[in-house]
Amino acid sequence: MKLCILSGKGGTGKTTLAVNLAYTLNCAYYDCDVEEPNGFIFLNPTAVSFEETLVDYPCVDYSLCTLCKDCVTACQFNALAATKKEILLFKELCHGCHACSLACKEGAITFRKRAIGVVEKGIGHGIFTARGVLNIGEPMAVPVIKHLLKQLKSSEDAILDCAPGTSCNAVTTLRHADAALIVTEPTVFGLNDMEIAVELLNHVGLPFAALINKSRGEDSLITEYCSKNGINLLGVIPFSKEAAIAYSKGKLLLELPEYKLAFEALSKQLKEAFAWN
Amino acid sequence: MELVIISGKGGTGKTMITAALQALSGTRLIADCDVDAPNLSLYYKGRNLHTEDFYALSKAKVDENRCISCGICDAVCRFDAMKDHVVDEISCEGCGACVIACPNDAITLIKQKDADIYTTKTDEGLIFRAKMASGSDGSGMLITKLRKNARSQAKDDELIILDGSPGIGCPVISSITAADLALIVTEPTISGISDLKRVVGVARHFNIQTALCINKYDINPDLTEQIKEYALSENIPVIGEIPFDETVIASINSLQPITSFAQSAAAAEIKRMWEKLKKLIESLKASG
Repeated sequence: MKLCILSGKGGTGKTTLAVNLAYTLNCAYYDCDVEEPNGFIFLNPTAVSFEETLVDYPCVDYSLCTLCKDCVTACQFNALAATKKEILLFKELCHGCHACSLACKEGAITFRKRAIGVVEKGIGHGIFTARGVLNIGEPMAVPVIKHLLKQLKSSEDAILDCAPGTSCNAVTTLRHADAALIVTEPTVFGLNDMEIAVELLNHVGLPFAALINKSRGEDSLITEYCSKNGINLLGVIPFSKEAAIAYSKGKLLLELPEYKLAFEALSKQLKEAFAWN
Repeated sequence: MELVIISGKGGTGKTMITAALQALSGTRLIADCDVDAPNLSLYYKGRNLHTEDFYALSKAKVDENRCISCGICDAVCRFDAMKDHVVDEISCEGCGACVIACPNDAITLIKQKDADIYTTKTDEGLIFRAKMASGSDGSGMLITKLRKNARSQAKDDELIILDGSPGIGCPVISSITAADLALIVTEPTISGISDLKRVVGVARHFNIQTALCINKYDINPDLTEQIKEYALSENIPVIGEIPFDETVIASINSLQPITSFAQSAAAAEIKRMWEKLKKLIESLKASG
């Protein structure tokens, strides 16, 4: 079972849920929020290994290039431009698709590799932990997420901690998941973004359940939405200043007895909801 | 004059602060650049003056009548989006490699509608916003378009406030590029600080002037001190320290800017912050 934790809205508690659940379930943890990965703060892995995420970018051999601009026309991402003397590359825009070299009749384009991020793996709190980290200034996170999720073993149970939002980063993570858990908060914003996440999960076609985090006892906004739309609401995690402080220090909520019980109950429900053995 | 609100970490209070700054500044022009999870317009009642379909990327389409099942398209696709000459539309990035490689011209690129773009008229002015199609791509180009629409309505050097998205990738880069000032909203948590440093790195990379605001500063006073030391070392002014305030939740759920709550401690501090921000904006205008 690969379970993706997502939310749409940022800051609802995806990482908090993901690290505490991975620990409770004794399964692997993958931090797929490669723009802002925070899971390692809580799981604190040691003996971390590093592997750079490499992407292809084109290089032009000017002894062959006729400046016909077919490569520029072929590039759908505006990563290439022609001057009177050369072909310019805006490498941050390049998707590494090789359309330019397929279009080049002279065979003047070859590829080199450059690093746009890193994948790190280690053992933290006794569980396998991995994350991707996008280099600062790089716009495209998807190759790092794909590189990270190549490490997934087919036999292993894993929690995939998703990036906020509902576009390419989230979609890439969901493509590697068997099921999803939406973490929302009982506010109008939380509900609005949950609706967008539900739409995405239906579009991708994954089974999912939901969970309310930071409850202050008034959750009808979310509970009514879930019951109206037949969404399995697994539970409610209360807000407490104590939990907020523990989080701020980078501690697992499992260190607080009442949260330990809540996560044990939730783990059980998850296993039932997704027939996870 | 574009002021963009970013944070690195999600859920630190960008949208709450954007709406409050709109109310305090009285600016007519705001844009929701968090196109993945847009919430800003929920604060306002309005009607759409202008709607437009937004097309950024394409998807490959195979003409089965022309396809000879040679498998070349499967082989050239770098995104595992072509299996047995059937396009997986979710994985397809619309690069066109298969179109070029197909020996029988059986594949074309079809433009996909990525979003609906709206310009919404409210009592306060105009909101520039979008609704993305589920699972679609190209949010960077969409944000560039929203900013362009907002700038086209700006008179002289009128203030435009942009509500940004979390992260440091494509949407954030598209939101901050060539903006005049970025207000970074952080929180005193180890995660918040880690994310803050990365988003400051991105702002530096693109040469954007920054100011910092610490939301819920009293959740962890030690970490608030750490953030202030870091800001000092990076020469970033800390212009606001907003206390944890339950009124913020009530304000979101009643869809009223926090500034409408006279007793709110958070609102009082945001008012002080706006005075400092105003001076910063004036000095930026003066220096051209």
